[in-house]
Amino acid sequence: MITVEGLYKTFKVSKRSPGLISAARSLFFREYIEIEALKDVSFKIDEGEIIGYIGPNGAGKSTTIKVMSGILLPDRGSCSIMNRTPWEERVEHVKNIGVVFGQRSQLWWDVPVIDSFELLRDIYKIPGIEYRKNIAMLTDTLDLGSFINNPVRQLSLGQRMRCEIAASLLHNPKILFLDEPTIGLDAVSKIAVRKFIKRINAEKKVTVILTTHDMNDIEALADRILLIGRGRILYDGDISGLRNRFGTNKTVTIDYDESSRKPQIEGTDLLSWSPERAVLFVDTQKTSVSRVITALTNQYELLDVTVENPPVDEIIAKLYKEYEI
Amino acid sequence: MKLYFKYLSILIKSQMQYSTSFILLSCGQFLVPFSVFAALYFLFERFGMLKEWDFYEVALCFSIMHMSFSISECCARGFDSFSSLVVRGEFDRVLVRPRSTFLQVLGSKFEFTRIGRLLQSVIVLSIAVLNLSVEWHVFKVLTIILMTVSGIFIFTGIFVLAATLCFWTIQGIEVANIFTDGGREMSQYPLNIYKKWVTRFFTFIIPFGCVNYLPLMYILDKKEGSSVLYMLSPLYGMLFIIPCIFVWRFGVKHYRSTGS
Repeated sequence: MITVEGLYKTFKVSKRSPGLISAARSLFFREYIEIEALKDVSFKIDEGEIIGYIGPNGAGKSTTIKVMSGILLPDRGSCSIMNRTPWEERVEHVKNIGVVFGQRSQLWWDVPVIDSFELLRDIYKIPGIEYRKNIAMLTDTLDLGSFINNPVRQLSLGQRMRCEIAASLLHNPKILFLDEPTIGLDAVSKIAVRKFIKRINAEKKVTVILTTHDMNDIEALADRILLIGRGRILYDGDISGLRNRFGTNKTVTIDYDESSRKPQIEGTDLLSWSPERAVLFVDTQKTSVSRVITALTNQYELLDVTVENPPVDEIIAKLYKEYEI
Repeated sequence: MKLYFKYLSILIKSQMQYSTSFILLSCGQFLVPFSVFAALYFLFERFGMLKEWDFYEVALCFSIMHMSFSISECCARGFDSFSSLVVRGEFDRVLVRPRSTFLQVLGSKFEFTRIGRLLQSVIVLSIAVLNLSVEWHVFKVLTIILMTVSGIFIFTGIFVLAATLCFWTIQGIEVANIFTDGGREMSQYPLNIYKKWVTRFFTFIIPFGCVNYLPLMYILDKKEGSSVLYMLSPLYGMLFIIPCIFVWRFGVKHYRSTGS
C-alpha cells in the first residue's frame, strides 16, 4: 500500500549569528547550512497496519509525513502510495488520506463544529448519503453529540481533538496520518482517542501512521514501530522485538513482614527500600527473575511480589542514547 | 465557485460572532477614505482644475478605484494576509486538501468591514454622477461596472503577487504595499496627470491605466477615435490576473520543494 524507497531531503537553513552587526550583515550575505532531514529512508507499510513513527524532535518525522502527504518534494527517492506518487498527483492523492496535525486545527474557530464538517463535505465533494452515514457513525463513536453545535473556541482540548479526528475521517480516507493526536489530553480523552483509532482500524481497515512522544500511545496502538533518528530509519519492527533488544531488565517489587535486613542478591541493584517493601532492579543477563525470587523467599516472609517490564519510555531513551540521536 | 460561496458563508457566520467590533471597524473604514476625499475636495477648492480634469471627474475616478479596492480587499483578503497563513503553517493544511490552492487561499479569509469603505465610495460615485454634465446611457453604466470589476482583478493580482513573495521571505513585506496602497492612491487620479514613465508603468506593467484613464476618456466624452476600444480597455486590465496566477503556481512549487 505504501512503499517508500531511498528518500533524501536536504534543507538549506540560513545561519544566524547573534548581534546587531551580524544581523545587518546577513541581510546581504546569507550563509546557509545544509541540514539533511532524510537520508535514505525506506520502508513498506501494508493495508490495515498501525505504525508508530517515533524519534526525537528534529529527527525527520514530520518531513517524512510531509513527503507522504504530498506537501513536500523530496530531493531523491520514490514513494508510492496506493500506486500514486503523492507530490505528482497531489489532488488525487489527498482524497485518500486524512491528516491530523495535533497542534494545528483544521476547524473553523468561530462557528459550530457541524458547520466546519459541512464545509469539509463541500471541499472533499462527499456524496450526501456517505456524508450522513459518516457523521452518524463519528458522532456516535466519538461521542460528539453534546457539543457538535458549539463553536470550536468553546470546546475543551479533548473535545476539540475528537472533532479534529472526526473531520479528517469524513471523506473515508484509506490512510490516516496522526501527528501527536494525544498531546495535552487528559487521561479519559487519551483513552477515548486510542480506542477510537483501534476501532476504525479494525472496522474500516484504515491504515494509521502515528507520530507521538507518548509511548503509551505506541504501546496501546502500534503493531509496528519505525524509529527515525538524524534522518535515518534505525529500527523497524514490533515492540516486543524492541524489548528483547533493549529491555532485558526487569524490576521486582516485594512486600514482606517487617524486617530490618536489606536484600543483597547478585545481579540486582536495590532501587528503593523500606522495612516493609523493596524494589529491585534485575539485570537478566546476569541472573534470572526466578532465581532472584527464590533467593528472596529464603530471606523474607513475602506478602506480595510484582515483576514488571521497564517502561517503554526508558527503552526508547536508551535507544536514542545508543544511536546518539 | 460554489465552494467559494461556502467559504464566504462560514466566514460571515464567524464575523457575526463579533458584531460590535464589525460595526465599529466598518465605521472606521467608512471614515478613513472620507478624509482622503475631503482632502481631494479642498485641493480642487484651491486650484480649481487638475490638468484638464475637474473635481467631479476626479471624484468619479476616485470612487470607482475605491470600490474596486474595497471589494478586492474584502474578497481577496486571504492573499493580503497570506504571510500569517504561512507563518502558522496553515498552508500545509491547504496542500492536503483536494482543491486548488488558489481557491482555498482566496476562501481562507474575508474582510467584511470593508463594506464601510465600499459604502463611502458608492456615495462619492453618486455625487459625481449627479454633478457631471455628461450624457448617460447603458454603455457608460456598463463601462463603469467593467472598470470596477477590472479594478478588482488588478488589485487581487497584486495581492497574489505580494503573497507569492511570502514563500521566499516568510514575512509579508511592506514593499508590496507600494503597489497595493500605492496603486490605489495613484489610480484614484486620472493617470495622465503623472510623468510619462509613471503612466506607462501603470498602463503596461500594472494596467491601472486600462481601468481608469482610458475608459474615463470614453465616459467623459474626451476621447478621440473609436469609442469601443476605450470602453473595452478594462478587459485588458483583467488579463493581468493570468500572469499573477502563474507566478503563484511557481511560488507554490518553490514552497513544496523547500518546505520553508
